[in-house]
Amino acid sequence: MPPFAAETLLHDRDRRGVATDRAFRSVSVVAGFSVLALLGLILVSTTNAAWPAFSAQGLRFFTSTTWDVPKGEFGALAFAYGTLIVSVIALVLAVPVSIGISLYITEVAPPRLRKPVIYTIDLLATIPSVVYGLWGVRVFAPWIDPRYESIAGWFDSIPVLNTVFNGRPISGVSFMTAGIIVAIMITPIITSLTREVLTTVPSSLKQGAYAIGATRWEMIRGAVLPHSRGGITAAVMIGLGRAMGETIAVALVIGSSSVVSARLFNPGDAMAAVIANQFGESTGDYRAALIGLGVVLFFITFFINSLARVWITRGRRRAGIL
Amino acid sequence: MSMADDDIRPALAERVDDIAVTDDVEVFEVTGLAVRYDEVTAISEVDLTICEREITAFIGPSGCGKSTVLRCFNRMNDLIDSAHVEGSVLYHGVDLYDPRVDPVVVRRRIGMVFQKPNPFPKSIYDNIAYGPRIAGIKADLDGIVEQSLTRAGLWDEAKDRLRTSALGLSGGQQQRLCIARAIAVSPDVLLMDEPCSSLDPIATGRIEELMREIKNDYTIIIVTHNMQQAARVSDRTAFFTAEVHGPTGQRRGRLVEFDNTGTIFSNPADERTEAYITGRFG
Ligand SMILES: Nc1ncnc2c1ncn2[C@@H]1O[C@H](COP(=O)(O)OP(=O)(O)OP(=O)(O)O)[C@@H](O)[C@H]1O
Ligand SMILES: [Mg+2]
Repeated sequence: MPPFAAETLLHDRDRRGVATDRAFRSVSVVAGFSVLALLGLILVSTTNAAWPAFSAQGLRFFTSTTWDVPKGEFGALAFAYGTLIVSVIALVLAVPVSIGISLYITEVAPPRLRKPVIYTIDLLATIPSVVYGLWGVRVFAPWIDPRYESIAGWFDSIPVLNTVFNGRPISGVSFMTAGIIVAIMITPIITSLTREVLTTVPSSLKQGAYAIGATRWEMIRGAVLPHSRGGITAAVMIGLGRAMGETIAVALVIGSSSVVSARLFNPGDAMAAVIANQFGESTGDYRAALIGLGVVLFFITFFINSLARVWITRGRRRAGIL
Repeated sequence: MSMADDDIRPALAERVDDIAVTDDVEVFEVTGLAVRYDEVTAISEVDLTICEREITAFIGPSGCGKSTVLRCFNRMNDLIDSAHVEGSVLYHGVDLYDPRVDPVVVRRRIGMVFQKPNPFPKSIYDNIAYGPRIAGIKADLDGIVEQSLTRAGLWDEAKDRLRTSALGLSGGQQQRLCIARAIAVSPDVLLMDEPCSSLDPIATGRIEELMREIKNDYTIIIVTHNMQQAARVSDRTAFFTAEVHGPTGQRRGRLVEFDNTGTIFSNPADERTEAYITGRFG
């Protein structure tokens, strides 16, 4: 064997590997930055298109609840409020159910039942939202209407709650119905993501809990949930993003009424739904105001997502997983 | 003469404590134990008696079924769908595999420490307090945490960071934390499956020291590949091996010899034991 030549260690810039490596690097840098650029462009062009409304309405655009097209008064607050209410209802209903289903699939269900359940859930996620919306307005809303009435009856004499759950005339199309429909839509998504997070829990961790005499539920609380907290939060945030951006289903079942109301059984409206319902007939400042709603929605989702990121990272660091 | 032979006898001679075969109270009485994973029998015909406040070591080549047998003592095999246990394991006279026995209660009495440290992704404090909490103990958790960590020799290193994540500890510290976590519920028996295999000699030494210290209160069964370790800490040693069984050519684990540790390492009755401990195995 010839003696080892140390020069061969020196960087050979003509080697093919080096060239491919460089090419790969530039492609990924370009791809990465183009996403940012696209985001920036969308933001600039929408803000630009919405500018007439922003400058005409001033701060009132964000603080007023009046949306009066003939008078040219455009305030986004009622719709932002509607978006938040619907999203909160959807999360409150969907998160426990989703976590429950994923725990059932990963920890409780007999192995041969797991696959069918997973398939069914994933199938639900592929149904287009307009189908949920139509079902919501044609089937669900008429069915739930009398039930809202009886629920309102229970809370008649309890302060605060008799506002939240009352507000006659009660309507089948309302914040609550929109929230329930959106909850049904985001449950499969949150379930799928959560299930994936739960399957990453090392079995050594679960055995550790069982070995101290944990029951299944205690094992889940001691080992599975602490390990998955960050991932579950991320899954919930993705669900929340979906809920806030959900357009057509909400537009069909929310009842299209621009009020800020704590009454969950009353019609309201949400930003994405307003845009979808009114964009076609709009012109001029009216159209600018609708695009302005889009900008506000963009910022709210962006803000919530960033908050979630920070939260997840902090949680992981505290648990020492990072 | 092989290396191993030269190593073990000094380890026996250097023992800081006496080999204490008390013959007091029988904790476990194993008869005709066999475990199969679906169709494959991993180990069969095991008869053993484990006595109170003794350290029993399980040694033997890889795959002979030491972990499998160990998991029978706290019903951990229940968690493996394919595992089927036959024979009887009496614990203070009660058959652990009696249908009326609740495995959760069994595991509260019979703790286990694993080969790889497996702290929960929680604070050091919450790791130790987990067992007492699920056992419904609310009083003086602080005291239990301090006492368990002290016994596991981790208190001085951990006392200023009890609220930080247990995953920030070193491997050896994590293993001592797992021991502390296991003894926090004051179990009766401690099962240890190669607890030192990922630790350096100093951390190993500390854990051996710890075992000697707590042995006055606990019955310990330890699986180890380190024969010096078995010679240093155990009172009795069980040697298992795997042999081709029947015409199928499947390997099946067997208990070859079970005796006083001094006898096993200096004067074994079976030549397979002799071959294994002198490093002439296989
Ligand atoms: N979960 C399982 N499913 C199927 N077979 C298993 C399982 N666990 C162990 N076995 C088989 O049982 C036999 C004994 O395994 P066991 O882990 O008890 O050996 P061991 O003596 O502890 O080995 P090591 O020293 O390598 O840890 C092996 O043949 C192994 O393949
Ligand atoms: Mg093993």
